[in-house]
Amino acid sequence: MSATPTPADEIAIRMAGINKWYGGYHALRDVNLEVRRGERIVICGPSGSGKSTLIRAINQLEAVQEGQIVVDGIELTAGGHNVDEVRRDVGMVFQQFNLFPHLTILQNCVLAPMKVRGTPRAEAEATARRYLERVRIPEQADKYPAQLSGGQQQRVAIARALCMNPRIMLFDEPTSALDPEMVKEVLDTMIDLAGEGMTMICVTHEMGFARAVADRVIFMDQGQIIEEAAPDTFFDAPRHERTRAFLQQIH
Amino acid sequence: MIRPFGLSDILLIAEAIRWTLALSAIAFAGGAIGGLAIALARTADARWLRTLAMLFIRLFQGTPLLMQLFLAFFGMNILGLAINPWLAASLALTLHASAFLGEIWRGSIEAVPSGQREAATALGLRYYDRMTSVILPQAARISVAPTVGFLVQLIKGTSLASIIGFTELTRTGQIVNNATFAPFAVFGTVAAFYFLLCWPLSLMARRMETRFARATTR
Ligand SMILES: Nc1ncnc2c1ncn2[C@@H]1O[C@H](COP(=O)(O)OP(=O)(O)OP(=O)(O)O)[C@@H](O)[C@H]1O
Ligand SMILES: [Mg+2]
Repeated sequence: MSATPTPADEIAIRMAGINKWYGGYHALRDVNLEVRRGERIVICGPSGSGKSTLIRAINQLEAVQEGQIVVDGIELTAGGHNVDEVRRDVGMVFQQFNLFPHLTILQNCVLAPMKVRGTPRAEAEATARRYLERVRIPEQADKYPAQLSGGQQQRVAIARALCMNPRIMLFDEPTSALDPEMVKEVLDTMIDLAGEGMTMICVTHEMGFARAVADRVIFMDQGQIIEEAAPDTFFDAPRHERTRAFLQQIH
Repeated sequence: MIRPFGLSDILLIAEAIRWTLALSAIAFAGGAIGGLAIALARTADARWLRTLAMLFIRLFQGTPLLMQLFLAFFGMNILGLAINPWLAASLALTLHASAFLGEIWRGSIEAVPSGQREAATALGLRYYDRMTSVILPQAARISVAPTVGFLVQLIKGTSLASIIGFTELTRTGQIVNNATFAPFAVFGTVAAFYFLLCWPLSLMARRMETRFARATTR
């Protein structure tokens, strides 16, 4: 852990001693991670190294068998209803967008605020339109997801998460399913968000993005955090052999 | 006295269609409620619920409908209730439809991509809202065609209720046949009425299936 302890109220996420098994498969091994408020973290690593499992543990899409997870001062205990509180505060963007195909873009954006927070429709819609404006697709509000390009859908997914007014955003390979020409528009949206001080954890192999916005890059392999460093150090002087091998592969 | 098979017999048979329709409607409505419960139990997190629902489905899919009717009919007698073909047939067909619709709808719920549930969960939606706003509307679209297909089976299945003395289309045919001894004409007429009930539904199911296939490949 770091030499100068961070005051508790400045910690957005604290994971300590996390172990997770899928059946007999040990997917996360003694993972410790502390994320400060406003910090932007990029996680990378080979396929199957446990990156998704790690960030999905933060909002309990995956339960872990061992360890402590505290999000925004709320400790997650298995089966407790503080999970609901955490999910309200943590937005997530997926590789496959996961927009609700039977709802319009606007309906996608207002669903959770209305059902979870009890926001009146008019207010929820006004907020949704504001965020759609911010991700630069206000004119698509009444279309269905299938009518939008992949890049547009992913920006809607970001807007939809923001409509819940989260304090933390999780991204799981948000550009991996996109055609190359659409990657930039999504990354630009994420860079904007980073500029506004959002706490962000992004699983991504977009090294340009990592250099531009990350405070810290974390490398995972075989369920462990192998190395973490500021992006310049990480990319230019990786300490670990496995990190070097991985970076060589993706360049 | 044997009388010839005539127009009045055809009208008599035609009038019995309403009892076939009434029994089908009761079984379908009851089966829709039961089937939804079974489908939700089958896809629940709690293992005991899943197992219970699975046993219910296996039981009703693994025994002939006629035996289910018999058991409901004679079971009432054992319980000391007055023998009542209406009640017995409604009960047996409702349970039967619950099992089959439960299995169809379980499949439809599971056909909704898991990312939908994950996205809804990540947004903070709890089970009820997740189901009603995200999963079930999508599952419903997938299930329309097989559901209508099952309704056709159910309508035809009500003919077995004639055996426990429920006077619907088939039993009316038997009664007319006893008076006219023209079995080919009588049951030909009965079959034609079933066909008229079921054929449009089959057509509709097929049309919805192609429309759904087109909508999902768009
Ligand atoms: N539901 C599951 N059941 C069983 N094993 C799983 C499950 N989910 C993930 N795993 C396994 O756990 C390991 C870590 O998976 P995870 O999805 O976290 O990796 P990842 O680093 O995100 O990989 P990728 O880059 O391919 O997305 C993999 O070996 C995977 O096969
Ligand atoms: Mg992954």
